[in-house]
Amino acid sequence: MARPTAQFINVGERTNVAGSAKFKKLIFEDNYEEAVSVARHQVEGGAQIIDINMDDAMLDAEDAMVKFLNRIAAEPDIARVPVMIDSSKWSVIEAGLKCVQGKAVVNSISMKEGKEPFVWQAKRIMRYGAAVVVMAFDTDGQADSIDRKFDICKRSYDILVNEVGFPPEDIIFDPNIFAVATGIEEHNNYGVDFIEATRLIKSNLPYAKVSGGVSNVSFSFRGNNPVREAMHSVFLYHAIRAGMDMGIVNAGQLTVYSDIPPKLKERVEDVVLNRRDDATERLLDVADEYRGQGGVKRVEDLSWREKPVKKRMEHALVKGIADYIEEDAEEARQQFDRPIQVIEGPLMDGMNVVGDLFGSGEMFLPQVVKSARVMKQAVNYLQPFIEAEKEEGARAKGKIIMATVKGDVHDIGKNIVGVVLQCNNYEVIDMGVMVPWADILKEANDQNADMIGLSGLITPSLDEMVTVGAEMERSGFTMPLLIGGATTSKVHTAVKIAPGYSGPIVHVLDASRAVGVASTLMSDELRDDFVAKTRADYDEVVRKRLAKPKVDRLVSLMAARDNAASVPFDSYTPVKPQFTGTKVFDEYPLTELIDRIDWTPFFRTWELAGTYPAILEDDVVGESARSLFEDAKAMLKQIVNEKWLTAKAVVGFWPAARDGDDVTLYADESRDVELSKVHFLRQQVQKRAGRSNDCLADFIAPAGGPVDWIGGFVVTAGHGIEPHVERFKAAHDDYNEILLKALADRLAEAFAERMHERVRTEFWGFVPDETLSNNDMIKERYQGIRPAPGYPACPDHSEKVELFRLLDATEQMGVTLTNSYAMLPTAAVSGYYFAHPGAHYFGIGKINRDQLEDYAARRGVSVDTAERWLRPNLGY
Amino acid sequence: MTDPIKTDVFDRLETAATARILIMDGAMGTMIQREGLTEADFRGSQYADWPSDLKGNNEILCVTQPDIIEKIHEEFLAAGADIIETNTFNCTRISLADYDMQALARELNIAAATRARVAADNWTTKTPERPRFVAGAIGPMNKTLSISPDVNNPGYRAVTFDEVVEAYKEQVAALIEGGVDILLIETIFDSLNAKAAIFAAEDVFEEMGVRLPLMISFTVTDMSGRNLSGQTVEAFWYSVKHAKPFTIGLNCAFGAEHLRPHAVALSAIAETRVCVYPNAGLPNELGEYDELPEDTAAQLGAWAEEGLLNITGGCCGTTPDHIRAIAEAVDGVSPRKPVALDPVMRLSGIDPVTLVNMVAE
Repeated sequence: MARPTAQFINVGERTNVAGSAKFKKLIFEDNYEEAVSVARHQVEGGAQIIDINMDDAMLDAEDAMVKFLNRIAAEPDIARVPVMIDSSKWSVIEAGLKCVQGKAVVNSISMKEGKEPFVWQAKRIMRYGAAVVVMAFDTDGQADSIDRKFDICKRSYDILVNEVGFPPEDIIFDPNIFAVATGIEEHNNYGVDFIEATRLIKSNLPYAKVSGGVSNVSFSFRGNNPVREAMHSVFLYHAIRAGMDMGIVNAGQLTVYSDIPPKLKERVEDVVLNRRDDATERLLDVADEYRGQGGVKRVEDLSWREKPVKKRMEHALVKGIADYIEEDAEEARQQFDRPIQVIEGPLMDGMNVVGDLFGSGEMFLPQVVKSARVMKQAVNYLQPFIEAEKEEGARAKGKIIMATVKGDVHDIGKNIVGVVLQCNNYEVIDMGVMVPWADILKEANDQNADMIGLSGLITPSLDEMVTVGAEMERSGFTMPLLIGGATTSKVHTAVKIAPGYSGPIVHVLDASRAVGVASTLMSDELRDDFVAKTRADYDEVVRKRLAKPKVDRLVSLMAARDNAASVPFDSYTPVKPQFTGTKVFDEYPLTELIDRIDWTPFFRTWELAGTYPAILEDDVVGESARSLFEDAKAMLKQIVNEKWLTAKAVVGFWPAARDGDDVTLYADESRDVELSKVHFLRQQVQKRAGRSNDCLADFIAPAGGPVDWIGGFVVTAGHGIEPHVERFKAAHDDYNEILLKALADRLAEAFAERMHERVRTEFWGFVPDETLSNNDMIKERYQGIRPAPGYPACPDHSEKVELFRLLDATEQMGVTLTNSYAMLPTAAVSGYYFAHPGAHYFGIGKINRDQLEDYAARRGVSVDTAERWLRPNLGY
Repeated sequence: MTDPIKTDVFDRLETAATARILIMDGAMGTMIQREGLTEADFRGSQYADWPSDLKGNNEILCVTQPDIIEKIHEEFLAAGADIIETNTFNCTRISLADYDMQALARELNIAAATRARVAADNWTTKTPERPRFVAGAIGPMNKTLSISPDVNNPGYRAVTFDEVVEAYKEQVAALIEGGVDILLIETIFDSLNAKAAIFAAEDVFEEMGVRLPLMISFTVTDMSGRNLSGQTVEAFWYSVKHAKPFTIGLNCAFGAEHLRPHAVALSAIAETRVCVYPNAGLPNELGEYDELPEDTAAQLGAWAEEGLLNITGGCCGTTPDHIRAIAEAVDGVSPRKPVALDPVMRLSGIDPVTLVNMVAE
């Protein structure tokens, strides 16, 4: 047996729903097949242990943990390495331990809730035969100083080894790595605290290991990758010498210690080792010098300008540099006989390079959209010359009608697909948003189009797409129909749309697939085979769907109600809001919102997978993400300084009481006059023992119980956006148009988050002294929830009408609803407020006919109407 | 809560196993087969009207043909076995469901333990210098926790960890009640089932306030040395080391010849005693084991000389003659000394990993 030598162990964290957006998406989509390949990549990449974490408010983490572990057990190339079962919930850890035949590591336990649960959990872990990560955490909180870190670890060690009989070699301590150079003096020694605590642990607690999450240390230098990399290397250099055994480190976030430029190394070491009082300032002074790649100062490289014009145009397209494009277009025009040849020659050649790079995953969406901007500017410059010669335009590969369907106003995704198709020489006729089916069909006929692409984001749009398909069939269309958008899916397309349209129909998963699908459909050789295969694939989906028992997993409405959660109102007294009725905010300061932006979804809009801020240093998309992020920050500055957008909000609170699955709202505290009723649904899926069938109404005290309240809100950050969108459109600047819309969406979400925070601490004030970091907020670690109508806990979009009426939102803040209940301006968020500490987010999932009928009766609408708005939730 | 009290068996076993290589019995199944019992014999008077076929349900014989089972124990004890196994290999409610006999699990385990106890105590009285021990045999079950029975759905499991633990708890409690000295978790082809059996044993120890020595025995299902759930011998040892077993070992699989490399590997890393009891060679075309007693014994005798063994005996196809020959072959040879390894974190998937500590400078 070879004797292994000590080696720092890097724990992979790609199979962590909090650490990888891609993995999270796959788990949420129940796509375990693909999720397994994430684990495989990690093992192939040399991970010695894989950390698996399913903690997410919207996920049944126990179920996901079990499914994933069982699934990877069947893959010998993954199952060869041990797993780290990572959860803050004991129940998830225990569920995971019941699935692993090997010796695993539990991550983590601590004395956070005192000695007794700690001892109990340690004994159970021993019985399951696993090693354990112990956090330096006790009833007084997380340890920050050397003494506290060592003290807690020593106490934990003594209890584990002497009282529990835990093998000391199976203990890993995590003595908490915190950010340094934050500007707060008390944080300056955090690096030293960890390193020295590590030394004490390794010298005094025999056989135990030390681990930690390394990227925390450089958190205050987010966005400056070279400095962060240098900080990680320096930190690890010293921590490993102090005995640190393992940690979570993104391998792409490390430079070799000896490669760090001497000046940077000195200043980083001053910070990490807290060697001088002005260390932070001195590192900040030089940080910008290293912002470029590899710690080398960035100088704009203009050598490409020396190349021939054709190569220059290709460079400009690939790099998305618009500064010289008109000058180059003019030079090229003079070299060619006719201006159209510039488009057909160098510009199309350049775009082909872009298309190839995008297709092979070497370029990402934001860069492609920038390339398109350069292309459009060049074409725009050449247009007058082409028209002067009365030339025919270059023949496009195909003509595509694109539209966001009636009732829906969301178009970011559609615009991105349009740009990508245009980049690949398709003629795109973009009909905009809220387009009725009759207009779509007419335009397709008039234009003699080759195919139609439909887009939509909210769930009612799914039904509208079914209608478009059926109308195309009725009118004898045979052209391909492409379906895309956030709520669409292959299953919905196959089961609901495809049966109604006999022409070719394809669900397009994201923008990167659009070109491949379009060019296959335009190819005489490939089309028929592809269409037949896709149809067969969809028929198979339908067949599987039918074969799957559906209703038997649903319980009766009565049984679901009997299994409601018992939300306690004896241990919790509802707090009275500071006011009842509504309060309007006319011009909310945008500066307050910027810090609260959750950037991860912003990157997802651009099809860049990863979690902010780690995505900025991602091996694959990091460069693209950084560049996009810089542009976003610059535009945000303009939005604020030049007042492009106005943020408005209305919030309201009303005395309320639960009435079955409804909540009754009263006009005033006398609770004599009923103001309204809000109708909720209840989960009807068969639950495991100990799990309740939840309904939002359960979080409100019933009539006759303690007095309680419910809140509601609408916020928007979209007023004023139109002139700027128009301006960008006129300049053929898709990139900035999409960027602005995406930022307005993020600001609206941030606004909803900020308003919720103020509701919790001020307006309702049920948690007056809340202290949470932005990260905690993004992770929703606070009391109370703000579920939105149309989303999983209350999926009926049409309930927005009553919410808007109660808040007088249209009159007070100018937000309107479309006939599918989408909000205008698009950058808007609405929802309810619940204050109970037990309130949590959940998904309704499928419901059965008995509940649908009961719900229709409660709402006073026909069964047909209720079915229409709840179609995705119907389980029968 | 106070820790369960260790029975005095620990000391007696320790003394015996330190002095010499101990001998396990041979194949209960082979011996039953030799009796040529009919369906009616299996049913006996007690289960004459049982609705399903019972032939092949060896466990029921402890009730319907107790004399035959006692005779088999007697023959192995006479041949020199120090440790005999109860006739309970499939005696969990999950496995007994094949015969609709789930409800009889407890009763059958008690009956089997009693038969073995009587036989062993007779011989302890006859040869007090050579005390005999009863090991409660805990088989791998007919349902697996790591493997999906549905090839199209690799994440599916036919049974849950909790169900397996419950079934094993019932068996363990009944075996202890029936008076066994040792619990033997054997023929482990799915390591997670074995972990559930260990978990169940610990639960029962805690509930009954008494602790018995554990013997844990792995089986390999291919020549590369992995079990059916994919683990190597070393990976498996790290998976079950927390049980602090009296022995770790190998049984069944192939004959001694093909088992040897894996026995060598285990012997090199086992920080406890090693127990190996192979089959009588590989089965012939008729499914019969025809390795002669002297051949099996010669190989195991050589292993003993190499210092690989603390306990040995036989599995499928081994008769009292094999056991007698093995006992003679290892007589007087010193038992293996458990190795002492540095306390270092050792984890496993289906492969083992050793993670050596960084040293503070």
